Amino acid sequence: MTDILLSAHDVTVQQGRRKLLDSVSFELMAGEIVTLIGPNGAGKTTLIKAMIGALPLSAGRIEKRIGLRLGYTPQKLQLEQMMPMPVSRFLALAGKVPQARRDAVLDQTHAATLVQAQLRDLSGGEMQRVLLARALLRDPHLLILDEPTQGLDQPGEARFYELLAEIRAQSDVAVFMVSHDLHVVMAQADRVICLNQHICCSGAPAAISVDPAYKALFGDRAALAVYQHHHDHSHDHGHDHGHDHGSH
Amino acid sequence: MAMITEAIEMIDEFIIRAALAGFAVALAAAPLGCLIVWRRMAYFGDATGHAALLGVVLGVALGLAPMLGVVVVAAAMALVVSLVSNRASFGVDTMLGVFAHSALALGLVAAALIPGARLNLLGVLQGDILLVNWVDVAMVWLGSLAIIAVISMFWRALINATLSPELMVAEGGSLLKDRLVLTLSLAVFVAVAMQLVGVLLITAMLILPAAAAAPIARSPEKMVAFAAGIGGLSVLGGLGLSLGFDTPAGPSIIVVAAVMFAAITLTRPR
Repeated sequence: MTDILLSAHDVTVQQGRRKLLDSVSFELMAGEIVTLIGPNGAGKTTLIKAMIGALPLSAGRIEKRIGLRLGYTPQKLQLEQMMPMPVSRFLALAGKVPQARRDAVLDQTHAATLVQAQLRDLSGGEMQRVLLARALLRDPHLLILDEPTQGLDQPGEARFYELLAEIRAQSDVAVFMVSHDLHVVMAQADRVICLNQHICCSGAPAAISVDPAYKALFGDRAALAVYQHHHDHSHDHGHDHGHDHGSH
Repeated sequence: MAMITEAIEMIDEFIIRAALAGFAVALAAAPLGCLIVWRRMAYFGDATGHAALLGVVLGVALGLAPMLGVVVVAAAMALVVSLVSNRASFGVDTMLGVFAHSALALGLVAAALIPGARLNLLGVLQGDILLVNWVDVAMVWLGSLAIIAVISMFWRALINATLSPELMVAEGGSLLKDRLVLTLSLAVFVAVAMQLVGVLLITAMLILPAAAAAPIARSPEKMVAFAAGIGGLSVLGGLGLSLGFDTPAGPSIIVVAAVMFAAITLTRPR
């Protein structure tokens, strides 16, 4: 039996007359890494907000497995300079967590040395590690990461994905993340979903990279990603892309 | 001789009442003011505060307790503003400015329409803390303690929503509850603080102590504690200023808070 953590059925989000999401359907299975890609304004963050329940749906529904624990990292904290917030306090705000779990997560995310620091003094990479630590504290079944590498330089990005791989090696937490970095997407994801208000295509990276809808979305950059990573994966995932370019 | 000691006792008593009421307001202002500073909602406080005048006028016109009118109108204002600011198609600052000043203007016009001289307009605008009686003091403490109790109860959720509304929802919180707690606390605070500093300076009582506390605090809770202390000292200093130089007490309190803000900010650059 496949273990479905979360499923979206014809999720539509409308703002005024504009459709931010148009009939989006997909399923997330236990333990898999799914990456959401799409151009700016494609509705990626909107979809994430809908998934965590921070945005009402205009139509459709999102079902979560009973007892599903979500870990979420926002793209950015609204951290006002006037707000003092030591990292240790920020982590405690996640709720009561056994000391052992807290120590394990700090160890996992290499954030133990940061607990005394003020949140506003952290670098982009340190902030991402702290956000990830907070998301992991509650031992989630599913991690939802909204552009975790935004604002990081290339080595910082590489380190973040290394960290994610390490964490995945220690637990089989499923990951759903937004990314704009096609290279890493192609190397790390089990499955890729291309979003542009609707789902343009989805499937294993190897299959996606030759999909006309994917090429139409990303053009030359797509070709480059394929060139660098065509040998990285040989997954046998289904390749169920719908072609629906007419409306845009 | 007996008359003189009696006079001294009278002076003592009205100062004690004013100080007690002022401390209550400073205590309630600390957590609320910190949240408003962290969320950049100063104008939101203005809109709610300025609506208080309209509340007083309505309360007097309908023969109700002015405080009740203030709570109702301020709560309505806060709720409307927080609903509209979510779907505003133009700048939130513009919209809040429109609401704040419209409410003030409407209140001033309505005050003029009340027959007779039942409304002490200057008292409402700049406060009249030296005139509070023991019943007022009790009401102010009651309101302040209610605010502190409610905010303490929801403190973790309020902080989480301040950092990231999405994170708070993802961890099982409710944004509606967050909004209700903040807007209703603010409405009660407006009613409580109005007598102390007046309608025009309510936001100042919220944000000045909080802003002064920010550079010296290392955690959100310490910032609240420092803000309460700075607010309390401002009340004492302002009352002293008012007695010594016969200045209006409410604005004097804010002047002292502003001086403390300047002193702390200039001596502790970050």
